[in-house]
Amino acid sequence: MGLGLETILIFVAFALLYAGLARGRARNWLLFVASIVAVYWLQPWLPLRYADFILPTLTLVLTAGGWWATREAGQRALTGEDWRALGALLGLILLMGMNRFLAPDWRLTPSRPPAPIIVLAVLGLPLLIVAALRPLLRRARRQTVLTGGILAIVAIFAVLKTPALSVAVAAWWRSLVGQNPSLASPVDLRWLGFSYVSFRIIHTLRDRQTGLLPKLGLQEYVTYVIFFPAFIAGPIDRAERFQKDWLGLAQLRGLDAARLSEGGARILTGMFKKFVIADSLALGMALTPDLARQSHSTLALWGLLYGYAFRLYFDFAGYTDIAIGVGIMLGVRLPENFKRPYLKTNITTFWQSWHITLSDWARFYIFSPLSRNLLRRKPRPSTTLIVFIGLMATMLAIGLWHGIGWTFAIWGAWHGLGLFIHKRWSDRTRKWHRNLGKRPWRKRAWTLVAWAITFQFVVLGWVWFMLPTPGLAARTFLRLFGW
Amino acid sequence: MNLPPPLSDFFRAATWRVVSRVLLKAALIFLMLNLLLAWIFPMAALGRVSLYNHLWPGRLRLPYGEDPAKDYNLSLYNIPAMFHSHVLMRPKADDESRVLVIGDSASWGWFLQNKDTLSGRLNAGGYRTASGKRLVFYNLGYPVMSLTKDIVLLDEAMHYQPDMVLWPVTLESFARARQLDHPLLQNNLGRARQYSMDPTDERLPKPSIFARSIVGQRRELANLMRLQTLGLAWAATGIDQDIPADIPLRKTDLADDLSWKDLAKPTPLDDELLAMDVLAAGVARAGGIPVLIVNEPMFISHGKNSDLRYNSFYPRWAYDQYRRLLARAAQTNGWKYLDLWDAIPPEQFTDTPVHLTPAGEQMLADKLGPVVQRAVR
Repeated sequence: MGLGLETILIFVAFALLYAGLARGRARNWLLFVASIVAVYWLQPWLPLRYADFILPTLTLVLTAGGWWATREAGQRALTGEDWRALGALLGLILLMGMNRFLAPDWRLTPSRPPAPIIVLAVLGLPLLIVAALRPLLRRARRQTVLTGGILAIVAIFAVLKTPALSVAVAAWWRSLVGQNPSLASPVDLRWLGFSYVSFRIIHTLRDRQTGLLPKLGLQEYVTYVIFFPAFIAGPIDRAERFQKDWLGLAQLRGLDAARLSEGGARILTGMFKKFVIADSLALGMALTPDLARQSHSTLALWGLLYGYAFRLYFDFAGYTDIAIGVGIMLGVRLPENFKRPYLKTNITTFWQSWHITLSDWARFYIFSPLSRNLLRRKPRPSTTLIVFIGLMATMLAIGLWHGIGWTFAIWGAWHGLGLFIHKRWSDRTRKWHRNLGKRPWRKRAWTLVAWAITFQFVVLGWVWFMLPTPGLAARTFLRLFGW
Repeated sequence: MNLPPPLSDFFRAATWRVVSRVLLKAALIFLMLNLLLAWIFPMAALGRVSLYNHLWPGRLRLPYGEDPAKDYNLSLYNIPAMFHSHVLMRPKADDESRVLVIGDSASWGWFLQNKDTLSGRLNAGGYRTASGKRLVFYNLGYPVMSLTKDIVLLDEAMHYQPDMVLWPVTLESFARARQLDHPLLQNNLGRARQYSMDPTDERLPKPSIFARSIVGQRRELANLMRLQTLGLAWAATGIDQDIPADIPLRKTDLADDLSWKDLAKPTPLDDELLAMDVLAAGVARAGGIPVLIVNEPMFISHGKNSDLRYNSFYPRWAYDQYRRLLARAAQTNGWKYLDLWDAIPPEQFTDTPVHLTPAGEQMLADKLGPVVQRAVR
């Protein structure tokens, strides 16, 4: 089940019942339970046997592991609240496994879950691994454990996003469950929400290393990582910001007109963007790989590319509005992810307004540490080189987050280069730019030109982002210029 | 750039009183708009609003598509919208003589690119009238086998200055009981009623107010917009049908079965069973312009049970009667008529007994072109 109309209506109905009926700490528990159930309920059916049950279960296991690894240094024993949350978490996983015994129409899982023994094995295996590694973990420095956690998440991510690796894993899995390994495909491992979950867990692991992470209970941590409105398509909240809302849930007014109507209006706005604008553009007005191959008109190809640019924006921004709207209704104000990005007049402000939470994440955890590291090196590289390496590495990582392949790498490099050129340009033209303010007409004209260049640069970048092979992308790119 | 704040900001300090007023007003406006649409029912006028022939090139055949994402085409039932997406809407050139090619999927060109349809092949022939005007063939076929559908489309097409009508027909289109089955006719009952011989037919109900409202018309309204958005993909690719690499072939070995439509065994065909009168009404609708009726070519099997049936569509007893009746009606009414039932060799048929290969269409065009050239004024 994806984020379709039916799902949104169920989210809204849940939010209204939650607002009307739940009081005090019950609200926290309700969000915790609903988010766990949603991990299974939202996962689409997968052709790989049991994968659509085991992958959501692994999401929860990884999340619990993330919490365990990020507890404060002196925090050894679990609190009563943590024990209750752990019990509820395990109970819910087992309960979801019981869907095996329900008729297909009554199941909350996309297909029949595996036998209880397999469910127990999936839960027990990570515990056995941790137990086996315990002597090693005891001796290891906490920083090393946290770094190991980050690397483990990145490794899983790399497997999922590299078609050859994901096919190999799917083929192995198929051979285990008696399916034909030759039919393995990357779709077999379509692990819903993992990209966003991994970002949140890495953020907590890294912030524990740097001492920035606040103390979080298991219930709070799990709900933060898998908070159901933002589970599929973000935004990527920060734990300390989420915690503020989480602690205030008990004090929320129940049927608060302002909160519910603001959330409802935001959901309607998102639905309009997604289902009316984006879906209309998707049908014949937005570039697809087939259209790129079939198109024989340069002018129409430009039209399709612009169509794709707007379709992508309205689709993603629409989903974000829906997530934020549901969050508002529930009392959790998720961060904004888009601020009119196509109206920006340079590529730097574009990236401050497009998928903002991803850009911020990359700035915090890639650009800043990498730049700091380079600054500390002896001999110190030039500032220009540090900026270049930092921007390129950050944008390449953002590109590869979408999928490990040449096209996403080129798209990342395209933007890295764009950001670097803009940085150099703005450094050199700062005085000239300041003086523009004295001549309003000239400033307006320059703003228009800057907007056109920025928009065109971003739109051309989408060619690399959306086409599946570098060859097709290069041919399409050249055809846009009549070659 | 200063843009208005998002809608949700308006509610940040709202009370239930404000919210209920907004909801009430929204509901009232929505109700009024629905009633207004049901009363005015501007669907035909909306259908005439089109980017085709302005921003996008006009389509070379009427919109029809089962998978819009692959076909860059879709099926909708707003006849003005269908025509306003068609190249027929371009102003008629001084040196142009227009020939409308109506009919079923064989005319429309199932599994054929536009250049390979009957109209495409005839246009490629570069025919001219005796006075030197270019004969331009417009594909107005539609993949539904019903003479009433043909005449409904012809009725609309007559507004666009035709000089001749080429009307390929086959027995399937004559089945009286199936004339109104397709949604295109169900959604254009006013037009269908005009040409139905029985206006009290139960299949011709008057639409309710709800059916005429925005809610009732939501699919058609969405389709109007989709037809326009699909125009860009059409302009970019010239594709309006997803043609598979391997086209499944029609059956050569046939069932031991004598039935045709609801008739289980050989039965005398008459006006109760065949809509010969609809064909006559079509010729009359064309007014003074020439109409060439063509009994379209069909696949003639030599496989198993071919002594009982010509193909999967027709048992021999039904088709032979139909040919005789059609020839007699043409002679009695003085219609221009050409019987090409066996004019194309069997290997030139694709998935059904009436769908041709590009080579088959060329053979058909070679036979029809000179006849049309002589018939058109």
